[in-house]
Amino acid sequence: MFDFSIVTTWFDSLLRETLGLGDFLSILIECVLVGVFILAAYAMLAIVLIFMERKVCAYFQCRLGPMRVGPWGVFQVFADVLKMLQKEIFFVDKADKLLYLVAPFLVLIASVGTFSFMPWNKGAGILDFNVGIFLLTAISSIGVVGVFLAGWGSNNKYSVVSAMRGAVQMISYEMSLCLCLITAVVLTGTMQISGIVEAQSGPFGWLVFQGHIPAIIAFIVFLVAGNAEANRGPFDLPEAESELTAGYHTEYSGMGFGFFYLAEYLNMFVIAGVATTVFLGGWMPIHIGVAGVDSFMDCIPGIVWFLGKAFLLVWVLLWIRWSFPRLRIDQILKLEWKYLMPLSLINLVLMTVIVALGWYIK
Amino acid sequence: MKLENIQFELNVFAAEMAKLKNEKHFDFLVTIVGEDFGEEGLGCIYILENTKTHERMSVKAVNADRNEPYIPTVMHLWKSAEILEREVYDFFGIKFLGHKDMRRIYLRSDFEGYPFRKDYDMSADNNRYVLTDDPEPDYTFEYNLDKDGRLVATKRPLFGDEDYVINIGPQHPATHGVLRLQTVLDGETIKKIYPHCGYIHRGIEKMCESYTYPQTLALTDRMDYLSAMMNRHALCSVIEEAMGVEITDRIKYIRTIMDELQRLDSHLLFYGCCAQDLGALTAFIYGMRDREQVLNVMEETTGGRLIQNYYRIGGCQADIDPNFVQNVKKLCAYMKPMFKEYRDIFTGNVILQNRFKNVGRLSMEDAISYGCTGGTGRAAGWHNDVRKNHPYDMYGKVDFDEITYQNGDCFDRYMVRMDEMEQSIRIIEQLIDNIPAGDFYIKQKPIIRVPEGQWYTSCEGSRGEIGVYLDSKGDKSPYRLKFRPMGLPLVSALDDLLRGEKIADLIAVGATLDYVIPDIDR
Repeated sequence: MFDFSIVTTWFDSLLRETLGLGDFLSILIECVLVGVFILAAYAMLAIVLIFMERKVCAYFQCRLGPMRVGPWGVFQVFADVLKMLQKEIFFVDKADKLLYLVAPFLVLIASVGTFSFMPWNKGAGILDFNVGIFLLTAISSIGVVGVFLAGWGSNNKYSVVSAMRGAVQMISYEMSLCLCLITAVVLTGTMQISGIVEAQSGPFGWLVFQGHIPAIIAFIVFLVAGNAEANRGPFDLPEAESELTAGYHTEYSGMGFGFFYLAEYLNMFVIAGVATTVFLGGWMPIHIGVAGVDSFMDCIPGIVWFLGKAFLLVWVLLWIRWSFPRLRIDQILKLEWKYLMPLSLINLVLMTVIVALGWYIK
Repeated sequence: MKLENIQFELNVFAAEMAKLKNEKHFDFLVTIVGEDFGEEGLGCIYILENTKTHERMSVKAVNADRNEPYIPTVMHLWKSAEILEREVYDFFGIKFLGHKDMRRIYLRSDFEGYPFRKDYDMSADNNRYVLTDDPEPDYTFEYNLDKDGRLVATKRPLFGDEDYVINIGPQHPATHGVLRLQTVLDGETIKKIYPHCGYIHRGIEKMCESYTYPQTLALTDRMDYLSAMMNRHALCSVIEEAMGVEITDRIKYIRTIMDELQRLDSHLLFYGCCAQDLGALTAFIYGMRDREQVLNVMEETTGGRLIQNYYRIGGCQADIDPNFVQNVKKLCAYMKPMFKEYRDIFTGNVILQNRFKNVGRLSMEDAISYGCTGGTGRAAGWHNDVRKNHPYDMYGKVDFDEITYQNGDCFDRYMVRMDEMEQSIRIIEQLIDNIPAGDFYIKQKPIIRVPEGQWYTSCEGSRGEIGVYLDSKGDKSPYRLKFRPMGLPLVSALDDLLRGEKIADLIAVGATLDYVIPDIDR
């Protein structure tokens, strides 16, 4: 399997030894390059995801989706982005201008921050250190602040109701989200993203196979909670277009709205990506213990495995979003506090017992 | 039905009405028609129904004083009177003694005069378009008589100081049009709803008073556009009944089939909108996809998809299309498997069941008291189908079930409509093969004059009873024409249904009540 760290080490030595740059300059150049890569990948993925959502939902609904801009409508999203960039950014009377302006960036920061943890390939994880999962959940919580401030700062009653809903929902679902991740950490024994992926090598090494029952429960709960955390249907209550028009981003136009829109799609991808990393082995190919098959699987690059698994989960999330009606706020909270959270707690205990007794597949 | 009005004196009016309700069991107030009786004064005609025997009667109350007319309220007897009396106050200026909330409902609160009075100045100078905002008062009045028999007003505030008031509408995706619900919230919980109508009020009834009879027909399709056929059916029937026109069997068959196609169209849209309001967009598209098929069939005969202008006094505008029978049969065959698809994708969904069951419950007593006819009443167990109770055209001769449920919650209201679609198909299939030969139109005189008298006729619209009251003085245009809107009682029941529920339930209840705003506003 190709190890991307060869490239990164070579580049590092190029800067330090061949060009003879000092610590400061070489790290600066590397950071800038990595930052540019993250933002470019972020924007590209957003475009792909938006286009995917429009086409997938169209086919669910016996429609064609965008068809006019470019062949098969592929340039539709670019046209939308262009339109959004040109739009005027305006303020509502008596809106809290500072909060109103800061909010979309907070949402974006949370989204890009969590996005940076994705393990793209072997040796191609960007943020990767010993408390990775821990930091990831911490950064993702910033998004709640953005949603809340956007609703509050807009001076719109619908937005305020939506902000309350958003805050309540996202804070609640973070509980089971984290519990599911901890369940996985119990089995892998590390919080480092690359460590978690490495722990899933070997025949049937993916966590859903390795940890069998508790891992599958954690995986499903994680997807449900993640869907709620990303404000996607059937948990899109803060947006609830038929109740609160567009919720917390009702008063945003132009790129202010664009950032929320981007963040929504990328959050969906991040949830799918984290689920892939933690439960489906990240970039790790599937191994079944037969040498021929395993070496064939190793020929497929890790990034294809990672994106393939992540997009499969994205597709499942889209499927759910377009088939299900929306829940009510009390039902959402009941689902979390009465069912998902206790279930994840019991599941955590179950996993601990299984790991302690060594009943998982090695 | 030709109206034989019983008239009560004003001082005993409330007591006599109470007797009618409590002793003779006239517990369904069909509608209140405000009318300017000219020399006699201003007054109302109350049309009542006994829900056991389905006998109907009408009561008249008149006040000769044109400056300060008043009539005692009946809102403590029938809850529907609350909003109907406000409508009469709005258009005729009759104050209802003891009514708790005597505000205008359709017109702006700073509107001067009462436009439905015959002496209202209709000149352009007096009716300029107003460019200022409506200075909406946050208080209301209750009128009563003091010891000397003079009207005194008591002022009441509408809101408390701490109330968080949010407007759902007039521009809101879930109100299906320009209805404004001023909602008092406590967090997510609804404390009170004040409906504001009139954002699409076009004064159809007033316009009819200056139109000839054939001209009045043009407006009915624009009231409830989802029961365009039934609206027109009711108006044609009342005029035909008054003139004594006997229509042929062929016309009866065609009208029945068209009414049922229209009901199918309306209920499919209902299904779609329910799904959309709850955020299930795929189910919404499925409903709209199949509605297109229904519209295609109707379009081939009528030439229209929404505004169809098909019936006219004495028959139909044109004969059915040569392919009509074949197309309708194809449609029936196409629709039947679709009902299963609706069940699979939406009805059986656990989230839908949680959102609909035991939400917005309307008891049968309340349904009758509010006059919530149609699917809303039937979901509460009230047998109110005009097609069964007062059969017209072919409905007495075809075999179909009146769908009723018991709980009166959102889910039952939804299920009534889903089941009614299958009944509509059943009715159509019984009739489509046997359309008899004959005239599709019975020739009328060029100028239609209706003999003197008052008539009320109703049809079963897509969401309730659509009734037409006609008062003729023997002229070529009606003296007073009043439509009984199907949606107005539903809107007046909203406050009761939703107090203490969540905002999301407002959307679910609104979707299942299935009101159409141009029908409410006229």
